[in-house]
Amino acid sequence: MQKPNAVIIEKKHYSKLDRSRARTGFLFALPWIIGFLIFSLYPICISLYYSMTDFNIFQAPKWVGLNNYTALFVDEKFYKSLWNTFYMVLIATPVSLIAALLLAVLLNQKIKGLPIFRTIFYLPSIVPTVASSLLWLWILNPQSGLINMGLKALGLPQPNWLMDPNSTKPALIIMGVWGVGSMMIIFLASLQDVPRSHYEAAQIDGANAIHQFFSITVPAISPVIFFQLIMSVINYFQYFTQAYLMINGSSGGSGLNNVQSGGAENSLLFYSLYLFHNAFGYLKMGKASAMAWILFIIVVAVTAIIFKTQDRWVTYGDE
Amino acid sequence: MATNNGRNSSIKKNRNLTKILVYVIIVVISFVFLVPFFWMIFTSLKSFQEIYQNPPTIFPHKLYFENYTSAVTKMPFLRYFLNTLVIAVLCVVGTVLSSSMVAYSMSKVKWKGSKYLFPIIVGTMMIPTQVTMIPLYILFTKMKLVGTMVPLILPTFFGGAYYIFLLRQFFKTIPDSLIESATIDGAKDMTIFAKIILPLCKPAITSVAIFTFLANWSDFLGPLLYLNKQEQYTLSLGLQAFMQTHFVEWGPLMAASAIFTVPIIILFFFAQSYFIEGITVTGIKG
Repeated sequence: MQKPNAVIIEKKHYSKLDRSRARTGFLFALPWIIGFLIFSLYPICISLYYSMTDFNIFQAPKWVGLNNYTALFVDEKFYKSLWNTFYMVLIATPVSLIAALLLAVLLNQKIKGLPIFRTIFYLPSIVPTVASSLLWLWILNPQSGLINMGLKALGLPQPNWLMDPNSTKPALIIMGVWGVGSMMIIFLASLQDVPRSHYEAAQIDGANAIHQFFSITVPAISPVIFFQLIMSVINYFQYFTQAYLMINGSSGGSGLNNVQSGGAENSLLFYSLYLFHNAFGYLKMGKASAMAWILFIIVVAVTAIIFKTQDRWVTYGDE
Repeated sequence: MATNNGRNSSIKKNRNLTKILVYVIIVVISFVFLVPFFWMIFTSLKSFQEIYQNPPTIFPHKLYFENYTSAVTKMPFLRYFLNTLVIAVLCVVGTVLSSSMVAYSMSKVKWKGSKYLFPIIVGTMMIPTQVTMIPLYILFTKMKLVGTMVPLILPTFFGGAYYIFLLRQFFKTIPDSLIESATIDGAKDMTIFAKIILPLCKPAITSVAIFTFLANWSDFLGPLLYLNKQEQYTLSLGLQAFMQTHFVEWGPLMAASAIFTVPIIILFFFAQSYFIEGITVTGIKG
């Protein structure tokens, strides 16, 4: 008879404590909850509504159903921007991941002066985007830029970089590699966490460096690679600032030319840029919102696909 | 015995060779990474004639400091600098206050809500800026706040997912026993938060402060959307406007870029460990 009573008392005690904890937890989380409702949830929902309207900010939105979406599916520039963006996601992501990983592996060779080299590789990634874009505009200048000066001295062909639709995106990828420093730091730290004993065992088995890299290093840090891959893909889907600035700077600057430019033959018209043109250039908020929703769905789908591949190549140490 | 020694020394030799090769590669790549910085500085110290001279020069013949004076005088540089600083500092205050509170709720307050909320917080990192950008712009237009700093600063007071995530990872490492004993001593949650958690997590909070500062110091899209009068411009926006009017004047442009970049580099050298620590925690312990 005593026992159940005790349990009841204990339960009551817990639930009181639980309630007070819940109150505290809720109060401390409140800033985010309010922020989420106002700055994320509300915009996401209303954006879906806007995407089905004709809306120029000044007049009330006018319902047009799925017209914005059907119009996009026959819009050449929409496909162009989608292609340009996928190009960056599919090429710039692996290029920068591999570059960051290789740099990290190099720095992980028990070398002297590690902090100095680490700093040198990291610094470019904290240069403000506008400053680094300006700098690269100048470095990539076809006539007086540093890269073409070097290529000329070596007697190699000199691309027109941002003026030639074939070399605009590679130019941005080169610039992106210069900024892989913070990803490199993450890889380096995770490499330092791989236990030495793993390598020693492999050495006894006679595995060479490359074999060790793929059979020990990559599996050991695969969760970190996985996380960086996802973040990088999401970022490249939203690629904007560099393209915006490079186009402005390479098309003669001043307001004389078309502000809604996509670079040489629209080769730099990335998805976010075209969306921005529609929203704030042409004030087609409805069409831009439809684009935003399509992007949202693409990002979620691609992230989900990457998550699906997780079982095949990502290994978590504890399991 | 003899052959064994021979093999050992050849392995050693091999190892030394590899080591030298690694150093050579690292030094060469370091040089490549540094060249753009040198080029920025060299160009900023060359006269207009020298920049376009044929054959081109690498080092400036004569140091031409006028680029720096013209960068600072041809645009209201101090104004831009102060605007940027005010926005960045207020964003730091907002982010640190709100994100640390939420992170506390997600790590050290044992309540059921955190189990449901935290995945949503992490999930919001996947929402593209472009989706919320338009409705928020319209919202701020209706509130007559476009053309002020408010839209850039206000949202930071409601916590940033990435920073909540970072701080939570740190807060979790604080032993629960510390909090329990404080509770027994009669400490209220606010006291525990302010007197135990925050002081113990100073390094993490410094990292968050630095990253927020960096992000807002360099932000371009936000100011581009919301600041439309020149006297409100941040350095990012001002530099972009300067580029459009002084398109071929690479000397002053590089000088302005250098001045824009220097504060960040100084910050890095003073707070190096916080940079590295902060990046590492979010990247790995996630």
